[in-house]
Amino acid sequence: MLGRTLREVSAALKQGQITPTELCLKCLSLIKKTKFLNAYITVSEEVALKQAEESEKRYKKGHSLGDLDGIPVAVKDNFSTSGIETTCASNMLKGYVPPYNATVVQKLLDQGALLMGKTNLDEFAMGSGSTDGIFGPVKNPWSYSKQYREKRKQKPHGENEETNWLITGGSSGGSAAAVSAFTCFAALGSDTGGSTRNPAAHCGVVGLKPSYGLVSRHGLIPLVNSMDVPGILTRCVDDAATVLGVLAGHDCKDSTTVQDPVKSFILPSLTDVSKLCIGIPKEYLVPELSSEVQSLWSKAAKLFESEGAKVIEVSLPHTSYSIVCYHVLCTSEVASNMARFDGLEYGHRCDINVSTEAMYAATRREGFNDVVRGRILSGNFFLLKENYENYFIKAQKVRRLIANDFVNVFNSGVDVLLTPTTLSEAVPYMEFIKEDNRTRSAQGDIFTQAVNMAGLPAVSVPMALSNQGLPIGLQFIGRAFCDQQLLTVAKWFEKQVQFPVIQLQEIMGDCSSVFENDLASVSLKQ
Amino acid sequence: MWARAGRRVLRAPRGGCRGFASRAGSPGKAGGGGVSAGREAGRAAPETGRIAREVVEHLERLALVDFGGPEAVARLERAVAFADRLRAVDTDGVQPLESVLEDRCLYLRSDNVVEGNCAEELLQNSHRVVEEYFVAPPGNISLPKLDEQEPFSQS
Repeated sequence: MLGRTLREVSAALKQGQITPTELCLKCLSLIKKTKFLNAYITVSEEVALKQAEESEKRYKKGHSLGDLDGIPVAVKDNFSTSGIETTCASNMLKGYVPPYNATVVQKLLDQGALLMGKTNLDEFAMGSGSTDGIFGPVKNPWSYSKQYREKRKQKPHGENEETNWLITGGSSGGSAAAVSAFTCFAALGSDTGGSTRNPAAHCGVVGLKPSYGLVSRHGLIPLVNSMDVPGILTRCVDDAATVLGVLAGHDCKDSTTVQDPVKSFILPSLTDVSKLCIGIPKEYLVPELSSEVQSLWSKAAKLFESEGAKVIEVSLPHTSYSIVCYHVLCTSEVASNMARFDGLEYGHRCDINVSTEAMYAATRREGFNDVVRGRILSGNFFLLKENYENYFIKAQKVRRLIANDFVNVFNSGVDVLLTPTTLSEAVPYMEFIKEDNRTRSAQGDIFTQAVNMAGLPAVSVPMALSNQGLPIGLQFIGRAFCDQQLLTVAKWFEKQVQFPVIQLQEIMGDCSSVFENDLASVSLKQ
Repeated sequence: MWARAGRRVLRAPRGGCRGFASRAGSPGKAGGGGVSAGREAGRAAPETGRIAREVVEHLERLALVDFGGPEAVARLERAVAFADRLRAVDTDGVQPLESVLEDRCLYLRSDNVVEGNCAEELLQNSHRVVEEYFVAPPGNISLPKLDEQEPFSQS
C-alpha cells in the first residue's frame, strides 16, 4: 500500500480497503525503521494519529474531504506549523513553536491530510546537500537500495555502509528522502534556487517548483522574497498535480500571490506530442556535466523527436552569468531577511544583557552556523552604499536579461524547455564535504536557479538509473502560470521512461510486505 | 527597534571620507599591493581582492554577525571575486528587475481588523517577558570595536 500513488491510496481509502489509521500506523512504523536516514527532525505521531481518527470518521460517513483526506504527508521544517516545533535546522529557532500554520500547511490540513512530521534541511535552506543543518545530514535512501548495492557488489551490512552513504541533495533533502523511502505520499519543500528539484533528482522522485505567485509563501520562513516558492515532492507527476491543485490560489496574507482564478490541475493523458515544441538550451551543455547525464538528456530529446514533437536547440545567452547573479541577489535578500532574528520576540537568546547590540550580536553568533553568517556578511557587503550600484543593482539588471532570455525563447514558439537538473548523480557525503557550501551550492544550483530568477514553473522528473544504480532526473521548464501544460508534458515523459521503483526490502525487514499487492486491484473509477 | 532600522537603512561608512572614488576599472588600475584605506575601503581591491579591516568591522556592526576568524574573511573575498564576474555583462539601458510580477498590481487588503488579541500566544515564544512587554537590554550603547572587545563574558 505504501508503494502506491496518492490517487490509488485515496481510492483505496474511499473504498474502505484500508483505514486512515492503518495507513498512518504503517507510515509511522516505516519512519521508525528508516530513522537512520535522518529525514525527519520532528515526527508528529500524536497529531497524525488524531488526524487519522478524524479522517476515519469522515470516511465512515462517506464525507471525505477530497483526494488528500487521510493521506500521510510531510512538511519541510521551514514551514510554520502551529503547535509543532519549527527549527529551520538552526540553533536560532530550536524550541520555537509557531502560533500559526503556514497557508500551504493549513490547506493540506483542511483537506484532511495527515501530518507525519517536519523534515530535515540545510540550515535555513541554505545549501544543496542537506548536510549543513544542526540535526545532521540526511542520507539518500538510494544508498541502501538493492540497485546501488548490487552495482557496488557490497554485502547488505558491509563495513563501508556507514561511511559511504550518499547525500540527498538539498536543501529539501529530508522531504525528498521521506517521499523516496515511502514514509509519506507527498512532502512540501521550498525552492529558492533549486532546493526542491535538486534533491528530487538525487532521490528519484518528482520535484515541482510552481510559478512564482501561484502558491502562497505565508508561513514559509523566507530566504529570498522575490524567488522563494513552496515546492512539492511526490513519487509521480499526477500526485504533484493533485497537491498543486490544493495549494494553488490567491492568499490575502501573501500579497505576492496573483489573483487570477485558479485553473484546474487535472492532467490529460497526452497521446500526441506532435504539436509540442521542446527547446534544448545549448548553454546548459557545460563541461562539468557528467557524460551519463548528458547522454540521458540527448536520449530524452530524441525520444520526443521520435514521437513527433519538434525539438530545437535554443539559446539563453546570459546563462553563464546566472549563477553569479543569483549569488549576489540571494545573499543580499538573505542579509535583510535574517535581520529579524535578534532573540527578542522568538528564537534563541543569549545571556548577555549589557546592550541590545551586544545581545543581538551574541545571539546571532550562537544561533547561526558559518554558512548563514557567511551569506549575511556577503549580502551586507553587496548592499553597502559604495557597492550597491555595482553589485546589487547590477545583479538586478542581469536578472532582467536572464528573465528576458526565457521570454524570448518562449515567444519563439517553444512550449517547454528540457534540461538536466543536476550535474551528476548523488555523490557520497565524504566527497561532498570536501568543498565548502558556496562552491557546492554553485554547482548544485547551476541548472535550476535561473528558473527562480525568472519566476517560471519547473519540474524534475526521474528518468533512469546511472551505471552506479542511482537516479538521474531531467528538468522541464514551462511558461509562467502554464504549470498545467508543463506537468502534462512531464506526465507523458514519465510514462515513456518508466523509472524503476527503488528496492529497499533489505533494510525494511518485515515491512517488505507493504510493497506487495496485498489488496485486490484498486479501481480508480468511483 | 532603532538597531534594526539602522541595519536596513544604508548608512554612510564610518570615517566620512569613504566615497568610492573611482568606478570599478579594469584590473591593474591604481590600488597597489594593499588597499589604500581612504579610497577604496568599501570594496575589495581589484588585484588582491583584499577587504580592509575597516570594512570588516563595518560589516560586523551592520550585520551584527561576526566573522569569527580570517577564514571567514577569506571566504567573503572569494564570494566578492565570484560576484565580480558580473562586470563583464553589458547592462546599458537595462532596468533593474525587482519582481517577476512587476507587470501586475499589488493589491492591498481592506484596512479592517479581522484577527489579533493573541498577545499571550505571541509572548510565549520570548525568553524575557514582563507583563505584556518584551524585555530588551538598554539600547543606546554601541558595540565595542574589535580591539576593544573583552572576551565573551556574562553580565
